[in-house]
Amino acid sequence: MGDIPSRSATTPAGEPGVTGRHARPAGTGVSPNAPAGPSLGGGGALPTKKRFGMEAGFRGLSTAAGAMVLVIIVAIGFFLVSKAVPALQANTENFLTYKAWFPNDAEPNFGIAALAFGTVLSSVIALIVAVPIALGIALFLSHYAPKRLATPLGFVIDLLAAVPSVVFGLWGRDVFLNPVRDLSLWLNEYFSWIPIFGGDGPFGRSILLGSLVLSIMVLPIVTSLSREVFMQTPGMNEEAALALGATKWEMIRTAVVPYGKPGIIAAIMLGLGRALGETIALALTLGIVFNISFNLIENGGNSIAANIANTFGEANATGRGALIASGLVLFAITLVVNMAARAIIYRRREFRDSAA
Amino acid sequence: MSLLQKELSDVVMTPSGLRSKRLPVAVNLVIAVAAIVVAAALVLGLSIGGWPLVAVVAGILYLVGLFVAATRVEGRRSARNKIMQALIYAACILAVLPLASVVWTLISKGAGRLDGNFFGSSMNNIGARDPLGGAYHAIIGTLEQVGLATLMAVPLGVLGAIYLVEYGRGRFALTVRFFVDVMTGIPSIVAGLFILAFWVLIVSPWFNNGTPRFSGFAASLALTVLMLPTIVRSTEEMLRLVPGPLREGAYALGVPQWKTILKIVLPTALPGIVTGVMLAVARAAGETAPVLLVAGGAAAINFDPFAGNQSSLALFVYQQAGDASRYAPDRAWTAALTLVALVLILTIAAKLLARRNRLS
Repeated sequence: MGDIPSRSATTPAGEPGVTGRHARPAGTGVSPNAPAGPSLGGGGALPTKKRFGMEAGFRGLSTAAGAMVLVIIVAIGFFLVSKAVPALQANTENFLTYKAWFPNDAEPNFGIAALAFGTVLSSVIALIVAVPIALGIALFLSHYAPKRLATPLGFVIDLLAAVPSVVFGLWGRDVFLNPVRDLSLWLNEYFSWIPIFGGDGPFGRSILLGSLVLSIMVLPIVTSLSREVFMQTPGMNEEAALALGATKWEMIRTAVVPYGKPGIIAAIMLGLGRALGETIALALTLGIVFNISFNLIENGGNSIAANIANTFGEANATGRGALIASGLVLFAITLVVNMAARAIIYRRREFRDSAA
Repeated sequence: MSLLQKELSDVVMTPSGLRSKRLPVAVNLVIAVAAIVVAAALVLGLSIGGWPLVAVVAGILYLVGLFVAATRVEGRRSARNKIMQALIYAACILAVLPLASVVWTLISKGAGRLDGNFFGSSMNNIGARDPLGGAYHAIIGTLEQVGLATLMAVPLGVLGAIYLVEYGRGRFALTVRFFVDVMTGIPSIVAGLFILAFWVLIVSPWFNNGTPRFSGFAASLALTVLMLPTIVRSTEEMLRLVPGPLREGAYALGVPQWKTILKIVLPTALPGIVTGVMLAVARAAGETAPVLLVAGGAAAINFDPFAGNQSSLALFVYQQAGDASRYAPDRAWTAALTLVALVLILTIAAKLLARRNRLS
């Protein structure tokens, strides 16, 4: 235990954040007449300042681990760019506006217009379906359900979040396809005058199926985040609303929802981030067609991530570069969405420690 | 006295007089039955759909009827309250339906190949007409990849969390914290592409005479990227729960900060940290896309994660789902059941452990 006096002597006393570092300089309290020789490790020894002690080493190690996160994010951008650039230079079409995907040809031509469109369309529809239901469940768990029901139901929602996406994809393709096809046929029969439900078939493996599967997958994340936010509503606000004669719904509308608004927006954006990046479930359920169409029920649809999973197997060097370039676009989109969501959460400091 | 009685004569001060009027439960039931009957007559009579449509129309009719009746008896505000409550309950039922369907399908279809052969053999030399074949190689791959990823991600993540809680101050720590949160949202396919560009295409040729090589280790690197932010976040939350006086006591006894962290803070927070790690492991075990991109998938057993293609359970499910063989769906569903069982056991164990945690 000879290294007890440590670098803690360098820490100035009375710094903000006292719980973090309590090691105060011992200078004033301890006898200044301590033996000047080598420290005996006793109580009277003055802390000696070591440059390469365990303390400095451990501190450096953990700082490096923290910095590793930044290094990884920068490295992702750097390596994706470095592999994407050669493929983009070989591309004979405009990467951003071209719709087809033939990067393995002798004259590579590929673009992400159709893929990006499919990605955004399927994610947005998934959110339109999932968000009202998720908010409903969150309100049920936080304000309606008795505690005996709310705890296990919340647990089930958390389990739903843990189910791998490939399982949802498989379920969507093998089981959910049939009801969605029936629904599509019905919509097409009676509502074909609305362009999104038009077309002559075949129906089934469509944007609608992909979006519905996606909505089931983003449901847990939106639910658990917004439940977290709803539960943090100050009881005073709720009781004040009720005391003024508000019904339960009026209380929720006037006290709970406005208080949790930033949290709800952030939860929706995190769900959007999850939906944009979802790969395997969409690769198994979408019809994989490279076109831009608002038709929801005809076989078709594609997304950046699903395209990577589907075409990676037969990609050559340029093909891989092209897929990496499309992944770079996806990375940029999700990074922006996630940063915006986190910035909203961070503005409300109350949510910082609970919204995971 | 007489004046008081006179004043109160037209106000009946009984409990029923004080309470506002309520819609009786019987009326509620009548509306429900009427809605179902009308919906069935409407839909089946005009033959514009089947029973699902009846349910939807009945639900809408019930809500409308309830709103009208409640407005009559209780007033508009109370009626709106009732409708919203009904909608919120409906949202719950709507969300439970697909979950129940997934569970039912997993069990009914997954039980088909739940035999010794499935867990004891690989897909090597299994043709399209061969009903056998199993996921042994995929289970080995999953265990090795997730194990290696855990070995890399846990020290890094725990140290990162220690930095954030114990050492980090100021702008840099805030930046790290922010990007840890942002990193949780990175799509798994992007992590896979990153390792593909960085490890498989640039670094692995150095060890393999200049040709890129897929490997299970590359997959575990990608899983590390995905697990790291989750572990940092959960560990950070647990470390913040460790009471300050514990640290102060150690400092007062002259224990240096690094030793306080290792001997006092970490052991106190250990159950919570283990919970977070298990949740991260469960998530990583279900990832398909990164394994597909950097481990390549294989039909044969490969015990060496550092050389040659490897498969994983999730990837096995995906590949069997895309297989044209008529025996492939059975294998896919059984593998999916195995995967879900693995993930759920880990998750439930983690949650039970969290419940026993003294800190939270």
